[in-house]
Amino acid sequence: MRRLWFLATLSLILAVSAGQARAQQELVADLSDHLVAITTGFTGADVLLFGAVEGEGEIVVTMAGPRGDVTVRRKGRVVGVWANVEAMTFANTPAFYAVAATRPLEAVAPEDVRKRQEIGLDNLALRPVGEDLDADAVTDFRDGLIRNKIAENLFAAEVAPINVLSNRLFRTRITLPANVATGVYTVSAYYLRDGSAVHAQTTPLVVSKIGVGADVFLFAHSYSAAYGLIAIVIAVAAGWLAAWIGRKVS
Amino acid sequence: MHIYLPIAELSVNIFLILGMGGAVGFLSGLFGVGGGFLMTPLLIFIGVPPAVAVGTEANQIVASSVSGVIAHWRRGNVDFRMGGVLLVGGFAGSSVGVWAFAALREVGQIDLAIKLCYVVFLGIIGGLMLNESARAMLRARSSTPRRAKLHQHTWFHGLPLKMRFQRSKLYISAILPLGIGFFVGILAALMGVGGGFIMVPAMIYLLGMPTSVVVGTSLFQIIFVTANVTFLQAVNTQTVDIVLALLLLAGAVFGAQVGSRFAGRLKGEELRGLLALMVLAVCAKLGYDLVATPEDLFSITDGGGH
Repeated sequence: MRRLWFLATLSLILAVSAGQARAQQELVADLSDHLVAITTGFTGADVLLFGAVEGEGEIVVTMAGPRGDVTVRRKGRVVGVWANVEAMTFANTPAFYAVAATRPLEAVAPEDVRKRQEIGLDNLALRPVGEDLDADAVTDFRDGLIRNKIAENLFAAEVAPINVLSNRLFRTRITLPANVATGVYTVSAYYLRDGSAVHAQTTPLVVSKIGVGADVFLFAHSYSAAYGLIAIVIAVAAGWLAAWIGRKVS
Repeated sequence: MHIYLPIAELSVNIFLILGMGGAVGFLSGLFGVGGGFLMTPLLIFIGVPPAVAVGTEANQIVASSVSGVIAHWRRGNVDFRMGGVLLVGGFAGSSVGVWAFAALREVGQIDLAIKLCYVVFLGIIGGLMLNESARAMLRARSSTPRRAKLHQHTWFHGLPLKMRFQRSKLYISAILPLGIGFFVGILAALMGVGGGFIMVPAMIYLLGMPTSVVVGTSLFQIIFVTANVTFLQAVNTQTVDIVLALLLLAGAVFGAQVGSRFAGRLKGEELRGLLALMVLAVCAKLGYDLVATPEDLFSITDGGGH
């Protein structure tokens, strides 16, 4: 419960600070919800980003999950069976990534801008860990990482559309799958004119476990010995109960 | 209806899990096996991370072994002394197994190790069982009863540390059951099984225990070995999902009741033959996965290290 309050306060502060900056900007954007709660019935969530722009230009929205190391492994044949033979770790990999834009990314911004702002899967700043890495191998492993992330629905393969109403109001929807990681996500909205960003706004989005599931997870991680013992006690009791039911039934 | 599993961190259909528990429970009731060797691959197949599948399945086997051992205990078919010696070995073995599991996971070879263990041991046990049940069926037809020797002497009867096991009517060295317990303990931790499918034949053919006490004694020691695995996995890797274990158990309790009703309709050797075919089918499926070219040669895991 205390965690919920903390998150609510956090999102309130963020909303207020976003509101203060609103007055002098050409782009204002906000999320329908600053907190995605993973409850027992969680099957994924849609996050709605909406806002308004002033003047002519293109809009791009990116959403990136908490960043961390991801190890990519490559299989090869070893005495007839497929085994992991090579590995490469990429630092700074977002747990989730999606992008939405009013037009194809190539038409919205030149490559250097896309690289700098990490717009599009090809422009993610994934850092391979290690020295003297073969450039071809890095490309292969990087592609492998992106392919796997797409297969897990954690990277969006397609650029989502942004709906613009009378050249002023816009909105877009980004879908978080059921297997999303928890943490603070960064949602960035860019307003570009002639290929350069005239305005950008970043809003955090908190994805957090709430309720019984969260308590179980927290308990398992902070009191793991007690959790293990409780798991055994529950199993023994359940087994006893099952035997009792079995005798009654037969 | 979906439920979010807090430790596995994925959302699954609650009826799929209950159904899996029920189906495996049915087969374990029918054949009198724990069913871990079916459930763990199934869990991995539906997307549960291997570490969570193994840790959770250990927890579920604690429950199913407790409910199984009660009936055998009432009939006095548990050799507690033999079970105790086996579980001393089992404790040590499963601790080593949990440690090896973590080490293999670190180097990215745990999936391979799990599959190799399955293919090798299911292949051996399934093959032996099929062979044995086929012979039994043929013998039943020719019906010439042969007198088996009550006791055969082999090299291990010369080992020191002899102990008397009254219920099993054995006077043998404790080193052998300790070793068997240790070995099966390692496999239990690595494969997410109770290990009954190896323990039972080992008790009959290696130790020469009477068949009446074998299943009860095996279940008795499995409770403690899987409890040890549950505890160590909970502490070291936090991969025991109580919610998943309870769902599986709920299905399994129901399935096992139905399965044991059906068991009476089949002959012993027919049951063993069917079980052997099922074991070999799982073995073949996992063996095929090992040699077939994977869809994507690359795979990813969170966290650093190689």
